[in-house]
Amino acid sequence: MNYQVFVRGLIVTTEKNIRIYYKKAPVVIFGLLFPLFMFLAFYIGREIRIQVFFPGFIAMVLFFASSSVGPLITPWEKQAGTYERLLSFPVTVDTLILGDMLAGSIYGMIITLITLITGALFLDIDITGIGLLVVATLLGAICFAALGVFMSSPATPQPSQIMMLSSLIRFPLIFISGVFIPLQELHGAGRVLSYLSPLTYLVDLFQWAMGGAPVHHLAVDLIMLLVFTCGFLFAAHLFHKRNLMKGL
Amino acid sequence: MDAIRVESLTKRFGDLTAVDDISFRVEEGEFFGFLGPNGAGKTTTIRLLTGLLTPDAGRISIMGIDPGRDAISAKLLMGVIPETSNVYADLTVKQNLYLAGRYYGLSGHQLKKRSEDLLSKFGIYDRRDERVRTFSKGLKQRVSIASAIIHQPGILFLDEPTEGLDVQSRRLIIRTIEEMNEEGSTIFMTTHNIEDANVLCRKVCIINQGKIVAIDRPESLKHTFDRMQFIEASFDREVKTGLFASDLISRIVVSGDKWRLYTEDLDRAVKHVAGVAERNGLKIISLRTSGPTLEDVFVELTGGGGR
Repeated sequence: MNYQVFVRGLIVTTEKNIRIYYKKAPVVIFGLLFPLFMFLAFYIGREIRIQVFFPGFIAMVLFFASSSVGPLITPWEKQAGTYERLLSFPVTVDTLILGDMLAGSIYGMIITLITLITGALFLDIDITGIGLLVVATLLGAICFAALGVFMSSPATPQPSQIMMLSSLIRFPLIFISGVFIPLQELHGAGRVLSYLSPLTYLVDLFQWAMGGAPVHHLAVDLIMLLVFTCGFLFAAHLFHKRNLMKGL
Repeated sequence: MDAIRVESLTKRFGDLTAVDDISFRVEEGEFFGFLGPNGAGKTTTIRLLTGLLTPDAGRISIMGIDPGRDAISAKLLMGVIPETSNVYADLTVKQNLYLAGRYYGLSGHQLKKRSEDLLSKFGIYDRRDERVRTFSKGLKQRVSIASAIIHQPGILFLDEPTEGLDVQSRRLIIRTIEEMNEEGSTIFMTTHNIEDANVLCRKVCIINQGKIVAIDRPESLKHTFDRMQFIEASFDREVKTGLFASDLISRIVVSGDKWRLYTEDLDRAVKHVAGVAERNGLKIISLRTSGPTLEDVFVELTGGGGR
């Protein structure tokens, strides 16, 4: 493996994705507007202290934003007829997967940073662990961007189909991950299901960082996010490779 | 060294054998044409050669590198214009060229100079800051080819590069490919356009149903089909069927007012036709002879159609 060529391919792919896909309507709708509307739908008219709700909300923002870019790229490129050209450049499938993941992570981090700054300035949000917040944001962004790239692996050149599939996967997760219902209040099947969602561990990490009420040990949250990230990347590698030339 | 060497290459998709035990060599600096009807296995072969597909059997060598084992090193040596290849419609012409160049490690002054040269050569310099989405198919293909050759590859793979283009774009692209070949690049081109292959290629390979049916220089291929040479004549009045029948004539085709008489011995056949015309008081309006065209050879070898 020529690492110089690999790093170059990674940077150029990420830049290409940022330039082309950040402004696409599905990314703006699913990555930006959806979490905002979900927040408004659950918050307005209810007697909830914003400080209690904020860790879950910020995790949801990071989750939606980071995972909205990845699902779009591969089907879009296959539909536009640019994918085969992209593969002919000196890159491997893994370079493209990581480039797509990086673009999603950066998008997620930018949106989350803006939301955090807004929260800190106007909503009296108390951040008790800046370092942990940074680590959690970084880890969450990478994990959910990897999920986004994995979701783009089915062999279809129709971005709308993939976006629908990604919504089907993403929406249920926000109801079992402590975003709207605190993890302490989840019991039985709900609690068991929450363990299967990577978002659970990020919400918990943000609870740690913002003086909330976490339910898992800090190390568990960090390890589980890492495990999910590796799992999503491995699955993305497997399925993208298998479906590489399908849909061209 | 051979630029491309293929040995017993096979690729299957389920029950379909798209490429069936093919072998060929392309010398460095050669202009190699890869011809075949739709579904013959041309695109699959190019995808195998460029490392996009993995062969089920056989060996490939690109300048001594196996693209299956070291795809990146092999890709660095090539420029590829795939069949379904579009450039990024959301980017400008210049951004598309810069994107391709940066993948190959070009930067700064080198990238700027090479881009400007290609933009001028392809007649799109004035439109360099326009998004490609507004361009015609011909202009998009110019951007596509400029992007594929920005790093001055030693081997250029082109899959139907002039398909459906306007005359101007087609000529410009053909001229550019010819120039690259003259400067030493090896060209591997699939095409439906027999005339392009006839004029441009030093060697052509005809593939049908995944198997190579002929590989040779265009003129040598034509000479192996001498039975397909013919005399075409027209006369001042209607001629009875059977008038020119002779052991010398293998087949007669009448099309409009023209008679096409196929023969293996042009000299004697011309004398025969002239003699028959003389004896029957026929005035010859036109008469020409022709050897087999590459298209005749192609049709003969591929059975006149695809699968």
